[in-house]
Amino acid sequence: MLRLERRAHPSRVMAWCSPVLAVLLTALCGALLFMAVGKDPVASLRVFFFEPIKDLQGWAEIGVKVAPLLTIAVGLSICFRANVFNIGAEGQLVVGAITAGALVLYLDDDGNGGAVLIAVALLAGVAGGMAWAGITAFLRDRFNANEILVSLMLVYVAELLLSYLVHGALIDPDGFGFPQSRLFSDGWLLPIVLSGTRLHIGIVLALVAAVVGWLYLSRSFSGFKLQVGGIAPMAARYAGFSSRSSLWISLLVSGGLAGLAGAAEVMGPIGQLTPSISPGYGFAAIIVAFVGRLHPLGVIFSSFIMALFYIGGELSQSRLGMPSAVTGIFQGILLFALLACDVLIHNRLRWRR
Amino acid sequence: MDALAPLIASAIVAGTPLMLAGLGLLVNERSGVINLGSEGMMLMGAITGFAVTIGTGSFTLGFIAGALVGMLMAGFFAWLTIWLGANQVATGLALSLFGVGASAYLGLPYAGESLLPLQFGIPFLQDIPVLGPALFRHHPLVYGSLLLCVAIAWFLGRSRPGLILRAVGESPSSAHSLGYDVRRIRLAAVLFGGICAGLAGAFMSLVYTPLWVEGMVSGRGWIALALTTFATWRPFRVMAGAYLFGGITILTYHMQALGVPIASQLLSMLPYIATVVVLVLISRNAAWIRLNMPASLGKNFNPNV
Repeated sequence: MLRLERRAHPSRVMAWCSPVLAVLLTALCGALLFMAVGKDPVASLRVFFFEPIKDLQGWAEIGVKVAPLLTIAVGLSICFRANVFNIGAEGQLVVGAITAGALVLYLDDDGNGGAVLIAVALLAGVAGGMAWAGITAFLRDRFNANEILVSLMLVYVAELLLSYLVHGALIDPDGFGFPQSRLFSDGWLLPIVLSGTRLHIGIVLALVAAVVGWLYLSRSFSGFKLQVGGIAPMAARYAGFSSRSSLWISLLVSGGLAGLAGAAEVMGPIGQLTPSISPGYGFAAIIVAFVGRLHPLGVIFSSFIMALFYIGGELSQSRLGMPSAVTGIFQGILLFALLACDVLIHNRLRWRR
Repeated sequence: MDALAPLIASAIVAGTPLMLAGLGLLVNERSGVINLGSEGMMLMGAITGFAVTIGTGSFTLGFIAGALVGMLMAGFFAWLTIWLGANQVATGLALSLFGVGASAYLGLPYAGESLLPLQFGIPFLQDIPVLGPALFRHHPLVYGSLLLCVAIAWFLGRSRPGLILRAVGESPSSAHSLGYDVRRIRLAAVLFGGICAGLAGAFMSLVYTPLWVEGMVSGRGWIALALTTFATWRPFRVMAGAYLFGGITILTYHMQALGVPIASQLLSMLPYIATVVVLVLISRNAAWIRLNMPASLGKNFNPNV
């Protein structure tokens, strides 16, 4: 019988292989799922793993999805390493989009814009996300309220707030009552980095965030204190590291990055405020962070995989007649597969009679 | 007075799924396991219950299917966390994310379909003015959930197996050294939580709405999780909390209907904000929470180490 046996030391090899194994396992489960509904599994997997990247346009579209996923996942990696479970990044993204979008709508006079004002609007998004995450940090710090539940409840509040604003204060006066704002003028849209595509500067910001996040965790004292607090709270306390400052730093950083992602979405591919600005990027980024081993550079790999799932889901609608909701199933399976594969880091499989 | 009856009635119906899911999670957490997958299990319970009822025409089969799906999902969660030692928070999140995606996928053919609301009533009692329509014309599961609350209170507080379950939640290593099979006891508690969440979901799509809309549970699974904390892990407080939240939900609907000049979106925020406020009020006293919380909550136990 196949049995699990505890390893004397956790396996470093498995720690790095497990995400790859998880992706393969997800692809296998996906193939089985497609077979179960009577589709050709090989052709279906091609739609998910090859079609999206067969030309430059495809790569650019992947980049458009990687940008928000990576930006948020870098923040969440830092946050989860501090053992602070901010699962409300979706809400922080929405509020970042609201603050940035509202600022653009207020200042936009169809002639201004430009690099400085765009930067200001992006910073407004960061501030919005930080403020939203700051509520969670404050309630946790001051009142000991569980950050998982508070941050999640605030997702629903943020989405309703966005809906309220685009139905009211921020609605396009010439939009025939459609619940959306007017389109931002060209001067306020993020510059395109690859001409002829939709790939905007958000991808550069995301990569910078990943590198800075990695430097912060691996080279700074503050990042070190944060991780000690996550792995061994008692040791951190004994060393005099403040768990309060870890809490605040991790929530403000992850909230700010989620807000940045939201701002970049509305000032990039969307170009206006609409009632639904994110297809669950904030939640998908949780999976991205775990699959990337909570490593700011590792999440570059996993956000690419997650972007494939998003594009594959969109393509499968037209190519396979499968609803794009399969993306959500794939996301869930990926995290399950990772958690199951991670068992092999601390255990090994042994054949025993 | 006559206007009050339907209000109370709908508050009770709105509170029932919260209570069912909350009671299941309470037992789940008393054994030391926290399952953040309740939102996903409720959604899956809702869609399978709805699909089976549309397919077979039987509400009973729908409820059974919903409960079974919740149990299956909980079983998978239990295998990953209790036997393979996976992180409970991450696994629960995966269960919720999977449930959101899978229910959206399975529910596509059923979008916009609805069931005829069922009529029930307890003979004689339902004819009492005001009280009858408010309290005695509900689906049997509403009364079932009340019985369940009493049963769980008795089970945890007065019965030997309940005491063992609590011991496992407080100190799994002590329970293990006394010869109890910690993993099996936890499995049973987690499966019970899954059944309750599945039933709660099926109740939403079969009785409360009764139709299927994508993401229709809209955070009730998470509110149910918060309820166990509000209730400091006591069954009757879960009941009170569930009806309170049912009442708040219904109040927001009625305020809209009455034309209160507040935007519907702002009113809809109320249950979520109320959850945060109550959570803050209860959690403020950290020592009190620590005193009531199962001591091993969220911590895995491996009997072989």
